[in-house]
Amino acid sequence: MNDEQLKTCRELAKKVRIHCLKMVHKGKSGHIGSMLSMADILPVLYTQILNTAPASPKKPDRDRFILSKGHGGAALLATLAELGFFPLSWLDEYYCDNGKLSGHISHHIPGVEFSTGSLGHGLPVACGMAMAAKQAGKKHRIFCLVSDGDLDEGSSWEAVMLAAQHHWDNLVMLVDYNRLQALGKSRDIIDLESLKEKLEIFNWAVREADGHDQNAIFEVLRDLPLCNGKPSAVIFHTVKGKGVSFMENNYKWHYGGLTDELLAKAIKEVEAAK
Amino acid sequence: MRKAFNKELLKIAKKDPRIFMILADIGYGEIEEFAETFPDRFINCGVAEQNMTGVACGVAMEGNIAVTYSIANFPTLRCLEQIRNDVCYHDANVKIVIIGGGMAYGELGISHHSTEDIAIMRALPNMVVLAPCDKAETVALTDAMMAYDGPVYFRCGYKGEPDLHSGPVKVKIGGSLRLRDGKDATVFFAGTVGINARKAVEELAKEGIVCRLVSLYSVKPVDKQAILRAAKETGGIVVLEEHNICGGVGSAVAEVLMDEGAGAVPFKRLAMPDVNATKVGCQAWMRDQYGLGVKDVIAAVREIVKNRRRSSK
Repeated sequence: MNDEQLKTCRELAKKVRIHCLKMVHKGKSGHIGSMLSMADILPVLYTQILNTAPASPKKPDRDRFILSKGHGGAALLATLAELGFFPLSWLDEYYCDNGKLSGHISHHIPGVEFSTGSLGHGLPVACGMAMAAKQAGKKHRIFCLVSDGDLDEGSSWEAVMLAAQHHWDNLVMLVDYNRLQALGKSRDIIDLESLKEKLEIFNWAVREADGHDQNAIFEVLRDLPLCNGKPSAVIFHTVKGKGVSFMENNYKWHYGGLTDELLAKAIKEVEAAK
Repeated sequence: MRKAFNKELLKIAKKDPRIFMILADIGYGEIEEFAETFPDRFINCGVAEQNMTGVACGVAMEGNIAVTYSIANFPTLRCLEQIRNDVCYHDANVKIVIIGGGMAYGELGISHHSTEDIAIMRALPNMVVLAPCDKAETVALTDAMMAYDGPVYFRCGYKGEPDLHSGPVKVKIGGSLRLRDGKDATVFFAGTVGINARKAVEELAKEGIVCRLVSLYSVKPVDKQAILRAAKETGGIVVLEEHNICGGVGSAVAEVLMDEGAGAVPFKRLAMPDVNATKVGCQAWMRDQYGLGVKDVIAAVREIVKNRRRSSK
C-alpha cells in the first residue's frame, strides 16, 4: 500500500474502534474484545482487497465476505457504515428496542452477505458459494473470517475437508487468531496449535501475518489464491481487545461492563494511537 | 417412493440448470444418474450433514435450488441449527428431502426412525412441510416443491409402498386430497401410513359408517378449509400419522379447529404415544404396535360415531 492508502486504512480502523466502543457502551452489550481484534483487518479488506460497491451491495460480481464470528458484527457494521453502505446514523440504533442493528449481524443490512451468530456456520456456506461460483464459471472470490471459537466447531472442519477435496481456490479463510475464547485461553480449552500445520495437512495453502500491521495484511491478501488449486487460509495473529490497554488479552471483555469512565478512557487511548 | 422422487427430480433438473443435489454419502442405487448426468451440480459432502446443509444454503444463496437428501433424521435433526439459521432465516431455496419418513426403517431402530420431524420442521418460520402418501403424490409434490421459491421439507417414504391414488393427482402447497367422501366422520392422514386409514375406512363402510378420507399432504401450510369443512359436514375427526403425538399433523389439525372456533367437534389423534420405540420390527408391524393400525382407526371412528348417536338420542 502507498502512504495514502495506509493512512486511509489506519483512520478507518480508528473510527471502527471508536464506533464499536460507543455502540457497545450505549447498548450495554458485549463482545468488544472480539470487535477490536479484527478492527485492523476489515479496513484493509474493504478498501484494498474486496471487490464491493457501497452503492450496489448486491452487484453480481462482488467478492462475497462472510463474517462467521457474528458476535463481533459491530466492527463490520461500523466499517460498512463508514464506507457508505448505509447511513452512519444507523450505528446509534444498535442493540436497542426497535433498533436497526442486532448484536449479531443480519443480512437485512446492506452489505452484510450472510447472517451469523452461532459459530461454525460461515465456512460451510462459503463452501457452497465457492462451489456455485466454480460451477457458473464466475471469477469472484469468497472470503470467510473465522475465530478461534469457530474452529472448535466440527462443522468448520467438515468444511475445511470438503474445500480441499474439491480444490476450491476461490475460497479464502481468514482466521482472527487472538487465542482467547469465551472462558479463557484457547490453549487451555481447545488448543488449535499448530493451526498452520493442521490446515496444511488438510491441503490448504496457508500464510500467517500480523493482524494489526495493515501493510502486512495487505501484502498477504494482495495475491490470491495463495496456491492454484487449493483453498487459501491466512492466519492473522491478533490481540483480543487490541487498542485499549485494559482490554487487551483479557477475556473478560468478551462480555459487557463498559462504564462511562472506562469508555472515556478507551476512546482516549484509541484516539491517541498513531 | 424414493425411486419416483429421484426420477421426477432428474426430469426437472434436465430442464432447470439451477438444480443442485447436495448429499452426505447416502443415496446408493438412486442418485447415481443425477451424479453422472450433472457432475458439476452434484456433490457428496461425506458423512457431514451440518456441512451438507450449509453448502446447500451457500449454493442456493447464489440463485440456485439446492436439494439435500438423506435417511430419516440425518438431514434434519443432525443439522437443525443450519436449517434454522442458514436456510430458514435467509429464506434460501433449499429442499430438504428425507427417505424413510416415520418408521420405514423399522428394524434398524430409533436412530433411523423419523418420528419427531414434522413437529420440528413445522415450527421453523419460512418452512413448508410436505408428506406424500404414495407415488402419485410424490411425483406431483416433487413438481410443486421444485416450483416453489423457498425452503421445503419433503418427507418421502422408502420403497414398495402401496398406491392410495389410482392415477396421477393434482396438488398445491396448502392443499389436500379427498380420496373418498362420507358423512359420518373424517379420517385425515399424512404420509404412507394413510394405507391404514384407507383400509379402516373400507372396513367401516361395510358396517354402515361412511367416512370422508383426506390426505393432508401439505402439513404446513395446512388446508384449513378442508379441516373446517370436515368438522361442519361430517361432525367427527380422526387424524392418523406416523409421528410422535406432540406437534405433528394431529396437532396441526387441532390448532385449526381451536383457532377457528370449531373445537367442539369430536376429535381423536392417532400417533406414537410420546415414547421411544424400543420394539423391533418392520414398518407395518411397528404401526400396529404403537397405535397406528387399521384396528386403531376403526376403534377411534366407532367411538366418535357411537358417542354421537348416544348423545342425539
